[in-house]
Amino acid sequence: MTETSYSNDSISSSTQLLRQVMRRLQAGWRTIVILIPFLWLLIFFLTPFFIVAKISVAEVVIASPPFTKMIEWTDSGIMTVRLVFDNFLYILNDSLYSSTYINSLKISITSTILCLLIGYPIAYGIVRSGPLAKKLLLFAIILPFWTSFLLRVYAWMGLLADQGTINNLLISLGLIDEPIRMLYTEFAVYVGIVYTYMPFMILPLYANMEKLDGALNEAAADLGSKPTNTFFKVTLPLTMPGVIAGALLVFIPATGEYVIPDLLGGGNVNMIGRILYNEFARNVDWPVASAVAIVLLFLLVLPMAVYQHYQGKATEEQ
Amino acid sequence: MAGEPTASETPWLDQDAKPFICIKGVTKKFGEFIAVNNVDLDIYQGELFCLLGGSGCGKTTLLRMLAGFETPTSGQILIDGIDMSNVPPYERPTNMMFQSYALFPHMTVEKNVAFGLKQDKVPNDEITDRVHDILKLVELQDFKKRKPQQLSGGQRQRVALARALVKEPKLLLLDEPLAALDKKLREQTQFELANIQEQVGITFVVVTHDQEEAMTLSSRIAVMDKGQFMQTGTPTEIYEFPESRFVADFIGSANIVEGKITEDNADHVRVSTDLGEIYIDHGQSTKEGSRVWVAIRPEKVHLSKKPPSKKGPNQAEGMVDDIGYLGNTSIYKIRLKNDRIIDVTAPNQIRPKSRTHQITWEDKVYLGWDASSAMLLKK
Amino acid sequence: MYNKRSGFLTFMVTAGLAFLYIPMILLVIYSFNKSKLVPVWGGWSTRWYSVLFQSEDVWEAVSLSLKIAVVNATFATILGTLAGLAMVRFGRFRGRTLFGGMLVAPLVMPEVITGLSLLVLFISLNQIIGWPAERGFTTITIAHITFSLAYVAVIIQARLTGMGETLEEAALDLGAKPFRVLTDITVPRLAPGMVAGWLLAFTLSLDDLVIASFVTGPGANTLPILIFSRIRLGLRPDINALATIIILFVAICVAIAALIMYQQQKRIERDEQIANQEVL
Repeated sequence: MTETSYSNDSISSSTQLLRQVMRRLQAGWRTIVILIPFLWLLIFFLTPFFIVAKISVAEVVIASPPFTKMIEWTDSGIMTVRLVFDNFLYILNDSLYSSTYINSLKISITSTILCLLIGYPIAYGIVRSGPLAKKLLLFAIILPFWTSFLLRVYAWMGLLADQGTINNLLISLGLIDEPIRMLYTEFAVYVGIVYTYMPFMILPLYANMEKLDGALNEAAADLGSKPTNTFFKVTLPLTMPGVIAGALLVFIPATGEYVIPDLLGGGNVNMIGRILYNEFARNVDWPVASAVAIVLLFLLVLPMAVYQHYQGKATEEQ
Repeated sequence: MAGEPTASETPWLDQDAKPFICIKGVTKKFGEFIAVNNVDLDIYQGELFCLLGGSGCGKTTLLRMLAGFETPTSGQILIDGIDMSNVPPYERPTNMMFQSYALFPHMTVEKNVAFGLKQDKVPNDEITDRVHDILKLVELQDFKKRKPQQLSGGQRQRVALARALVKEPKLLLLDEPLAALDKKLREQTQFELANIQEQVGITFVVVTHDQEEAMTLSSRIAVMDKGQFMQTGTPTEIYEFPESRFVADFIGSANIVEGKITEDNADHVRVSTDLGEIYIDHGQSTKEGSRVWVAIRPEKVHLSKKPPSKKGPNQAEGMVDDIGYLGNTSIYKIRLKNDRIIDVTAPNQIRPKSRTHQITWEDKVYLGWDASSAMLLKK
Repeated sequence: MYNKRSGFLTFMVTAGLAFLYIPMILLVIYSFNKSKLVPVWGGWSTRWYSVLFQSEDVWEAVSLSLKIAVVNATFATILGTLAGLAMVRFGRFRGRTLFGGMLVAPLVMPEVITGLSLLVLFISLNQIIGWPAERGFTTITIAHITFSLAYVAVIIQARLTGMGETLEEAALDLGAKPFRVLTDITVPRLAPGMVAGWLLAFTLSLDDLVIASFVTGPGANTLPILIFSRIRLGLRPDINALATIIILFVAICVAIAALIMYQQQKRIERDEQIANQEVL
């Protein structure tokens, strides 16, 4: 419309300018859309890690905040950087910390395996249900997510206590005379982790199994494979992505778990999340606590990277 | 197996021939829904038998009962004389080619094909040899290290076939074997499949909804509807001698008119219909005055702009209402005086000089057909 | 069917559901226990509910938690939607890998690490620019937005990929400017995803204990902080009563959601029926 017979140099150059402005504006709002969440995450998610990393190489001083500055400007204008790796050496040499790391890993790995052993047949059972039952069962698995995590852990306190429901039941059945000590033991921590993280295992497994072509099982049977053999040769290898995703979703948060060892383990079960929290809450040795956090992060970086990799692949496939 | 000299080419006509597969009064219900309704069928050694029907007609259910994935609600299936009722799929002498092919995505072509042999504990050397031979048969020897995802649709189809064939089953079941291929490839593969069947001599049962596929492939076809067999016979029998309106209409296309028998003799029948009087040159034991249907295939109707030399039965006149030009043939929709539309197909044998056709819209035309062409249907 | 559920699988599903639900059912039953000792049954009573309703700090904690949850959910939905759009619809841009990484990391980061690093950030900021002057509502809300927005972004990204771009292309083809397409086509179609994201962010905020414990200041107790401080010392019947109310609340919300979904399903079926009638 604009470029009719009037069109000469000045008009065409002005329309060009207009187009450029429009393009800038469009590029502008795109930048804004990206920039707002980007900056938010940069400030409130990434920066804090660098600060923690910085503190972990500082020394304790009795002040607020209780650590030395890493970079100092001396009078002569020379910047001096002080990095103290003593905190890391301290953690590695201190038997409390190293044994706690090992204990955390032991508990989270064992719980992950338990979740897998229990969750896999449940997920498989849901996939094999009728269309309506499938929907309802899946819903029943997700539902506890929407209620309080804390209260779900609390529920087990009532079940596992010396005077708790399980002990009361066993005694009234005459199976035991004395209550079995379950609450404030490692056993209780396992129960709590498996209970609260089970849906995290079931959901990715379900999503993976749901995509499997049911004809593959039939094809295996048709070719002479018995059900058990089919499971190990066909179903299990093909559901490995779901197993890995579910395992990581349980393993990563379980390693850093604080609430469950605190409430169900009492003082008897040491996990790294609990040590970290107490260290910070008591406000004593921030550099050491930061170093503890950094070491935990390094322990989990590999599994997290693996998970991200799979996540990325899954979204690309969509 | 294939070259047995005494085996008749048409064992189903031989009173003494022993059927290889016996389906006896088989019914399958899913809840209230009756998928397969009390069917009986004999299939003979070396046949390529097609179950043809629309979706939900029960053909796949019947195939899956042969494979052992479904158990009949009642009735019995015998394969080579052995009752299959309590035989699980992994112990049956059958193999199946799945519609989705169901190739194991985590195994190479070679491993996929070898899977069935490994289950039977076949020695490794023999597995290697047999896999090699079968891949050669389906011309995939160069692709054995690939995963299914790295193959084209046609190649996957051949892997699925090879995987099922390599176990040398007594019976091979094929569920819509060509449905996932595009048209050109499908036509080509139809003949390949029939050739392979001839080479290996295994009995094939094929499920398909594609009548063309059924016609080219099979020795016999069973047309299914609502869980029952509508008609069983050779492709020619099914096409030229349909027993019902359903079969006449389902296989190919047909102009079907309702009519009344006016004359019923041993060697001919006369029927009065919307299309005028129809004379059929073979007898059919019906009662005079009874209600029947007559089906006439579009390609069996002659079309002419010249009126016939003498008046008689099997004639009609009308106006060209529409033309569908398909290149090799054309479909003409002819409107009769009573507004009835009759389809006529005619081959385009002469290349038109002026880029316009001889018969065109609004032309008055005369229709006629041979006394042997019309098909009398009682249901 | 060959692919049906075997007896073992049925048993596992049933046992799994029992394992998930029995503890919660017991929690509810014991809230009506007359006895002060939670696991010892002393007859039916609602006394712990009146104890709970008289407790002022519970109400303060509830109102603080709800305020945080609403503000968090709203901001997290906006930021998460923008982030999802940027990731799915804007193709390649500088820093996309870093951005994507920062969007996924909060989902898998152990809470203790997120919590303590945010605490350290707030303290450092306070020293450098004097803000935030004190920790409480603002700091907890910021912390919650940071991890909630990642969850919202996941939902939005999934929906955007599922939707495809055909409608947007159609709008562009009909002459709409890209910004118009965003406001008139993309955002309305994203609405269900945004609602789901809002609800998820709301729940995550109400549920969070660890991160809030790190970044809170004196006197600002969210509901989980309050509950935790009480149950750390052992079982308390008034907490059972509180749990029952929360479970009831969730159950009501779920029932409403199910009803809405049921009605939508009905509407779809009715629309299909109408469409089919017109064909005939």
